[in-house]
Amino acid sequence: MFKDIEHLVRLAAVLVIALIAFAAIRVAVVPKTFGEYGHYRAAALNDIAARSISFAGHDVCEGCHTDVVDQKKLGKHVVVPCEACHGAQGRHADDPASVKPPKLDTAVVCSRCHEANSAKPKSFPQVVTVDHAGGIACDTCHQPHRPRIEDEAPNTAKVNPEGKR
Amino acid sequence: MDLTRRHLLLLLPSAAAAWNYVLAGTPEAAPNYRRTEHWWGMLIDIPKCIGCGSCVRACAEENDVPDGYFRTWIERYHVADWKIERPQVESPNGGKQGFPPNENSEGKNFFVPKLCNHCEDSPCTQVCPVGATFVSPDGVVLVDKSYCLGCRYCVQACPYGCRFINPNTNTAEKCTLCYHRITKGLTTACCEVCPTGARQLADLKNPKDPIHEFLRTHTVQVLKPHMATGAKVFYDGMDGSVR
Repeated sequence: MFKDIEHLVRLAAVLVIALIAFAAIRVAVVPKTFGEYGHYRAAALNDIAARSISFAGHDVCEGCHTDVVDQKKLGKHVVVPCEACHGAQGRHADDPASVKPPKLDTAVVCSRCHEANSAKPKSFPQVVTVDHAGGIACDTCHQPHRPRIEDEAPNTAKVNPEGKR
Repeated sequence: MDLTRRHLLLLLPSAAAAWNYVLAGTPEAAPNYRRTEHWWGMLIDIPKCIGCGSCVRACAEENDVPDGYFRTWIERYHVADWKIERPQVESPNGGKQGFPPNENSEGKNFFVPKLCNHCEDSPCTQVCPVGATFVSPDGVVLVDKSYCLGCRYCVQACPYGCRFINPNTNTAEKCTLCYHRITKGLTTACCEVCPTGARQLADLKNPKDPIHEFLRTHTVQVLKPHMATGAKVFYDGMDGSVR
């Protein structure tokens, strides 16, 4: 039927070689997991999830520091997670013996939340620290894990009504 | 040329096999965490936010966010009486060190924490020319650093201004919803440190998540609903002046 079929065979050979070359290049340049979930590299999910954590989470803290948990339960700071004040403690949780968290300066830490600002919710306890304490550290009077003064020593509340706030 | 029909027929199956290998890829191992069983979002309770900046600092520490760039930040709004279309918004250093005493004590003042809304139909992923950013099977908008060209299309496309180019890597960066934490069963760094519970991670696919009861019983809004991005960061008690 076809005369001189050889030129068709040559064309077919070129096409096949091009197809194989395309497949080979595609295998080489497109990551294995590309397109598994969508138009992206699915392995990126594992790359991103593999990052190490800095904040241990309050559940980990509470596993050891049960005395602090008991203290906090008696006061309003029960809702405040440990690392809100103490900062990231993932390394301390991994190796409690050698990595010790630094002592906090309550004059700085407490005012981050409790310094008065008209944009804060009205129900949130706020003070102008200069008027309230004159710059002395908050833990001179307040125990940060259980900040209400009469919680700790009922008698001093009446003697020092200023400290009640 | 002595390529016969016999040779061609032998070649075709091997080419087909190679093509199949290209299409298949390899399945991912995901121990203890099933991506298809979660759909992540966040709840932000504006009346609880005290603007302390804990979330901004925690985010920077957890994710090595460079100084002056923010994956989450806090805005302070001041609305004078009826001018809800012209609020004064400020965010000194993203609220990282908290906020100075408010000069505008008249009118309405409040804080609004912001972050990536992890949109279901996110404009930022649609414009990526190379498939470097995507919505994950569990509903988190992520960037594949090794694939990103740094072309900035996505930075421009995000209606919420949640993306930036990392000056060290020159690739697009954004909130990952602490993907490395939530896949390990932890909450995000910002939610972990929030002292008032103003931010809460929410799994919308988990029927036991308290988010469902909250959404049912509160007046909740998303940012820029007219953009129809399918935002999954829900704001409780949000004033109409918030942009």
